[in-house]
Amino acid sequence: MNDWPEQLFGVLKDAKVRQVAYVPDAGHKRLIELCRADPAMRAVPLSTEEEGIGLAAGAWLGGERSVLLMQSSGVGNCINALGMTSECRFPLLMLVTMRGEQGEFNPWQVPMGQATRPALESMGVVVQHAASAQEVAPTADAAARLAWGSYAAVAVLIAQRVIGIKSFQDQASR
Amino acid sequence: MSATLKRRDVVAALLRDRGELLVVAGLGSTAWDISAAGDSALSFPMWGAMGNAAMVGLGLALAQPSRRVLVITGDGEMLMGLGSLATIGVQQPRNLAIAVIDNERYGETGMQATHTASGVDLAGVARACGFGNAAVVQTEVEFATTRKALLGAAGPVFMQIKVVAEKIPLVLPPRDGGLLKARFRRAVLGPQADAE
Repeated sequence: MNDWPEQLFGVLKDAKVRQVAYVPDAGHKRLIELCRADPAMRAVPLSTEEEGIGLAAGAWLGGERSVLLMQSSGVGNCINALGMTSECRFPLLMLVTMRGEQGEFNPWQVPMGQATRPALESMGVVVQHAASAQEVAPTADAAARLAWGSYAAVAVLIAQRVIGIKSFQDQASR
Repeated sequence: MSATLKRRDVVAALLRDRGELLVVAGLGSTAWDISAAGDSALSFPMWGAMGNAAMVGLGLALAQPSRRVLVITGDGEMLMGLGSLATIGVQQPRNLAIAVIDNERYGETGMQATHTASGVDLAGVARACGFGNAAVVQTEVEFATTRKALLGAAGPVFMQIKVVAEKIPLVLPPRDGGLLKARFRRAVLGPQADAE
């Protein structure tokens, strides 16, 4: 089950996602490559994650679907902007790779990693957790249908166990 | 050089005969300015998400490449989203223009000075980020060419328009976010807006 990024890409294709906003994370490396290589998708690298909340709102105003890829540390950057998502009922799909969760080696990642779910929930975002590689694509597929079918803001948290990074050396070598 | 242009005159001139122009306004005074020029379903005035107006404009411009998108926002709002200028510079949307109505003040909170009052050059930042057409605008004569650039020149365009710091009556747009979103989508997409 090492092909979960390819499956995730398939979910985004099926959902007709056109704008792919991201701040890179090692866990999203393959998915970002796949999206960048797809002529039907516009990859939008961001300076900070909250920009992706605005981008998704603008995309929807213009009739396109956008997805936002980030690491859990970026969730904190999005909080105030998520107020717009909630007030306007903009559909939103966030795919969040977790740090500070299982087997973390960087203590500075732990506070935001542990706060990721409650922070999102405090702003009205529906949070769904994919604990294993097999769960990632089906969870994201259901999240996409919830987001655009019901005009909901949904975050899929992809467990650190799925990403499988064990050390700084391991992270740098990817 | 002290400013002579008046914000309501500037925004009214930008939105005169606006036609199919799509407008995003940053929170506070610029949202009131576009409302004073006449409320429209093709306007999305923001009441929050400070720092994100330019990014809403980018998402919209990428989704609607055949239509002109104009972001009208304040200097304080733009300063909070400086990184978005880099993000937009990378994307190079041909149909996106940003007008910063720069009174060098935080107008809604007591007219405190923003960084532009100390000389921070937003147009210089935009130029350095890849906006090929970026300038500071001070005079009526300059504004005439600025208006043309904002409404028609190949984007991304960035104009920092210096205006008088004045307290003027509020003209409020609708504030229900769901309404603002839904009416905008219907105006842009037609019946498809509700089908999706």
